[in-house]
Amino acid sequence: MLSGSGDEGLPEPRCHLFHGGVMRRVVDAFLVTLLCTATAALTGCSRSEPRQQLGSATVYGTVPAGDHAVAAPAASPADDGNWVMPGKDYAATRFSALNQVTPANVSKLALSFTFSTATSHGYEAPPLVVNGTMYLITPFPNYLYALDLTKPGAPTKWVFKPKPLAASQGVACCDTVNRGAVYDAGKIFFNTLDGQTIAVDANSGQQVWRTQLGDIQKGETITMAPLVAGGKVLVGNSGGEMGVRGWIAALDEGSGKLAWRAFNTGPDKDVLIGPRFKPFYPMDQGKDLGVRTWPPEAWKIGGGTVWGWLSYDPETKLVYYGVGNPGPWNPDQRPGDNKWTTGVFARDIDTGQAAWFYQTTPHDLFDHDDINEIILADIPWNGQRRPVLFRPARAGFFYVQDRRTGQVLSAAPFGYVNGYKGVDLKSGMIIPNPEKATHAGRVVRDICPASPGMKDWNPSAFSPLTGLVYIPHNNLCMDYGAMQANYISGTPYVGADVKMYAGPGGNRGAFTAWDPIHQKKVWEIPEDLPVWSPALVTAGGVVFYGTMDGWFKAVDARTGKQLWRFKAGSGIIGQPISYRGPDGRQYIAVVAGVGGWAGAIVSAQMDPRDPTGALGFANAMKDLPQKSTAGGILYVFTLAR
Amino acid sequence: MSSPWRVSLVAIGLAALALAGCNREERHSRSKPIGETVPAGTSPDTIWPGGTVAQTADPRARLYDNNAPAIAAGQQLYTQMNCVGCHSHGGGGMGPALMDDQWRYGGRIDQIATTIAEGRPNGMPSWRSKLTEDQIWKLAAYVRSLSGQPSKDAVASRAESMSSTTPQTLTPREPAHTSDTAAQ
Repeated sequence: MLSGSGDEGLPEPRCHLFHGGVMRRVVDAFLVTLLCTATAALTGCSRSEPRQQLGSATVYGTVPAGDHAVAAPAASPADDGNWVMPGKDYAATRFSALNQVTPANVSKLALSFTFSTATSHGYEAPPLVVNGTMYLITPFPNYLYALDLTKPGAPTKWVFKPKPLAASQGVACCDTVNRGAVYDAGKIFFNTLDGQTIAVDANSGQQVWRTQLGDIQKGETITMAPLVAGGKVLVGNSGGEMGVRGWIAALDEGSGKLAWRAFNTGPDKDVLIGPRFKPFYPMDQGKDLGVRTWPPEAWKIGGGTVWGWLSYDPETKLVYYGVGNPGPWNPDQRPGDNKWTTGVFARDIDTGQAAWFYQTTPHDLFDHDDINEIILADIPWNGQRRPVLFRPARAGFFYVQDRRTGQVLSAAPFGYVNGYKGVDLKSGMIIPNPEKATHAGRVVRDICPASPGMKDWNPSAFSPLTGLVYIPHNNLCMDYGAMQANYISGTPYVGADVKMYAGPGGNRGAFTAWDPIHQKKVWEIPEDLPVWSPALVTAGGVVFYGTMDGWFKAVDARTGKQLWRFKAGSGIIGQPISYRGPDGRQYIAVVAGVGGWAGAIVSAQMDPRDPTGALGFANAMKDLPQKSTAGGILYVFTLAR
Repeated sequence: MSSPWRVSLVAIGLAALALAGCNREERHSRSKPIGETVPAGTSPDTIWPGGTVAQTADPRARLYDNNAPAIAAGQQLYTQMNCVGCHSHGGGGMGPALMDDQWRYGGRIDQIATTIAEGRPNGMPSWRSKLTEDQIWKLAAYVRSLSGQPSKDAVASRAESMSSTTPQTLTPREPAHTSDTAAQ
């Protein structure tokens, strides 16, 4: 184990201007580059700009004092020391109110116990902790382990093996991951890669019910973590690269029977669009847009899956989720806005009826799925408290939207964007950059952000104490060559050769503390590799995240200063959690296990010589096989006595 | 029945006989029934209880292996049948890499043809109902070229579609193991 402040990386004098719009920043970047080149030899470019170093934070501002954002009260009850769902609460804060671990003592964190998951694919899920038992859901074959935290070494209580179809591995786009299980009312709920939702008795490990929802023959898999609320288990499909038709389904929590299913393409009756539907902007208004914004029949194989995160506001009984990319990636095969893909739905949890929708990127050109986490918060806005949602989106903008209506209050870029020119707050429309428009038979170079977006699935954490959102993300650009794709059910439906690489600055990832009200960075840690792990923030003022080369890091929530780190046995892409153990102490837990889309080059033993491997991600990750090996291992830490 | 009817019936009968006697050239949309698509003796195994069994190479292998038109046709099929979506241009992704020296089910052309035709249990689809035997062999010939097996004058120096990959004429030749060499 190593501890102490970050000392790795390449010291690199770097000028950095931050404020202003995208175009302004492009111009700024050019001017600054000129200035740097001219002055670097003499001054090391040491004006007022901070020096940036991989792994260490650059501070851009201070934590805002006074009236800042807080988590939506009804969706974020008091912390009981458990961790029962991936987002921690319905508001998806990933905030632990435990405060024994602080910036002052975090360097004394020591290993409490470890556990091998017996799997070697990407481990993206959080452990769950419920009253002295820890639950782990693994990637395919989706083992569910229960560990007894009341006994030394946390021995296994039971393991449930759902035995999903082996063939499902062949239709899982980006590694055979699982993003988490959920606990509610004595049961653990999770999805299997081959499209089943299963409820298991949390005490005995016996199956209560299982429901088949997806069909691998159509290319459908399920990798998301369900959301359990209002007596329903909400589940969505994966397969946006396989020509599936995306949906979200609600199952009865007690029986597993289908309560409703809403498709994200097709006629209004299939999408559960009725009289209640009131989208804020004209671009999302009209009849049967899920048919009319597609070429004939294309909506039937048009994607729009739900493989990311759901949030829920018990006050309004609205569930919020983002919709994945339209298929195929080749945009010329689907002229039109391709509703209701790459946007956000608010739906009534009882009936599934849509309340509003906002399309982030009409006619997606870059595979910018909109499935990222949706954090529910209340903010002061023009002198009033406003119920909003925060969405650090794949397209590169941090959206603050009124969660009652979908109105966009702000959308500022949290990294370098040239694929779009901004967001027009009047019409709600993203402003495309015609120079970066992808077309069949043409290679468009230097598109930023790349397909995985400024930020992919791995969720941010929000601290109501600092008012900041802690965003683990990418800094990747790409070359994109679209071509004709053939639809053959059960096979990929993509039509693009992609090649990704590091964005401006050369660092492929970053960890950013974002002030959602003033729409600016407070601090940022450049990381060599894409940051593919979710984040955790605690009331003690410590933020945790992992890197793909296996460092588990603790940084100061206010300054980004690295306080402690631990080298895990594999790259970390899993969700860290914090819980109160049966002994009353605060524990921090994370599962290492590199993989996922970014890490498939290791977990799927790919050949790094092909730049187009893993839909082009391989080119950006050629060095990963030298930096990490595969394998799922749980690490649990607590303060040394 | 009236006599003109009788006459025409006789005429039709004669015409049919005449045509049947033509003995036209035989044409098959499929050259062999589907059941024979899988070549025999393609097991990648190396343990033979009771002693080694000699494996006879499928005679069709040499018709397709190192055959430039077959490789070119296979390259088109590789994109059209969405092989590229899983295996990329040999580097892999959803499916395993095809440009390296690891072969779970054997790297000989007949073994690859079997894998394409029959599918494999961890996600490789079975293509026997979608492709003809000839197409499967052509695809197998192209898959071999991803790890540089054919001579360089048999492969294309440019990709079929735009891509960011190295020309196949520069692909280094990897050992093509006939037995299971997957690092599992």
